[in-house]
Amino acid sequence: MGKIRFASVWLGGCSGCHMSFLDLDEWLIDLAELVEVVYSPIADAKVFPSNVDVTLIEGAVCNEDNLEVLHTIRERSRLLVSFGDCAVTGNVPAMRNPLGDVDPILQVVYVEAADAQGQYPVESGVVPPLLPRVRPVHECVRVDAFISGCPPSADRIKAALEAIVAGETPHLTGSQLKAG
Amino acid sequence: MAVITLKINGKDVTAHEGQTLLEAARDANLPIPTLCHLHGLSDVAACRLCIVEVVGTPRLLAACVTRVADGMEVSTNTERLQEYRRMIVELLFAEGNHFCAVCLANGNCELQNLGAAVGMDHSRYEYLYPKRSVDITHERFGVDHNRCVLCSRCVRVCDEVEGAHTWDIAGRGGKARVIADMNKPWGDASSCTTCGKCVQACPTGAIFRLGATVAEMQKDSSRLELIVTAREKRQWVR
Repeated sequence: MGKIRFASVWLGGCSGCHMSFLDLDEWLIDLAELVEVVYSPIADAKVFPSNVDVTLIEGAVCNEDNLEVLHTIRERSRLLVSFGDCAVTGNVPAMRNPLGDVDPILQVVYVEAADAQGQYPVESGVVPPLLPRVRPVHECVRVDAFISGCPPSADRIKAALEAIVAGETPHLTGSQLKAG
Repeated sequence: MAVITLKINGKDVTAHEGQTLLEAARDANLPIPTLCHLHGLSDVAACRLCIVEVVGTPRLLAACVTRVADGMEVSTNTERLQEYRRMIVELLFAEGNHFCAVCLANGNCELQNLGAAVGMDHSRYEYLYPKRSVDITHERFGVDHNRCVLCSRCVRVCDEVEGAHTWDIAGRGGKARVIADMNKPWGDASSCTTCGKCVQACPTGAIFRLGATVAEMQKDSSRLELIVTAREKRQWVR
């Protein structure tokens, strides 16, 4: 059997889940025997490839680019895993949602709070427009498994990955489910 | 006091007349999850997490307000109940603005613990993100309505234990919220004695001590039990 084609993606999040992934320490060496990392913020692929066995998604869906990329990823991944609280619940990025639409938020952050030259970040084709509302991944596409935590501990990530490399869909239980 | 015998999850259990199913089950080491229940306060069956199945009744009954009866056959943890409890917790998360990671009750929150206890790995319900306010007008405490699950423990502890009745619930449905002194800013509520019992009774980070930051707000509802026991039994014991 060939190696598992493994990807991880960083949408609207702080990269903390990926940092926690690196906390798997020497187990990463064992993991590397079993998976081929075909796409990841910590690898050097520019385009999300086809025929991926499993993709971990960190971060919430915040802007149009996130949403477009997510649909491509879903199409090309057999198993899609929401990785961390932002992906699972929206978490911190979604804290803008109760404040209403995008405009008042951009105004506060980029104009009122700016030290100099306050203006909206607009660059067509470069800066993706924000979605009206930040959403967890499973509200946009079908998700097969969830790893909660902000960030999920390395133990929790390992428990999920052990199921994945055994060819199963991870299903965490008990205290492994706790958010935050 | 008459002794009642009943079956809970197939196990013979004895209880005192007048006890609730929740008390009888807990005495028999058969835990039932709760949120709005707090030992020493009256029960209002607000959260519905303690629902149980009773043979002969098509409805699910809240164990905290259902009295034991002779010959009752009760199930506390069927697949149907587990599914409904998970739905209830998902709805609680979807209805408010609960951001565990940056909440001062992170790690000490009954709602957060319940999410794990009922097997919630995500919410199947779309998050509503309601626009709610935060009141930090009180000199020592604050209330963040975003994190409130309307369990009414603050209302009851203030009324029944402290005797001040500062808190009430106003509004209906999604607009319901706790209010102080007929809807004044908490800091202007003259009935509040600043005792802090509502802070200890609150299961989430909704009512908190000013100055506490993320994961710092530890609550100890057993301090309330101490007061209730002292009043009821004239004993200052834990």
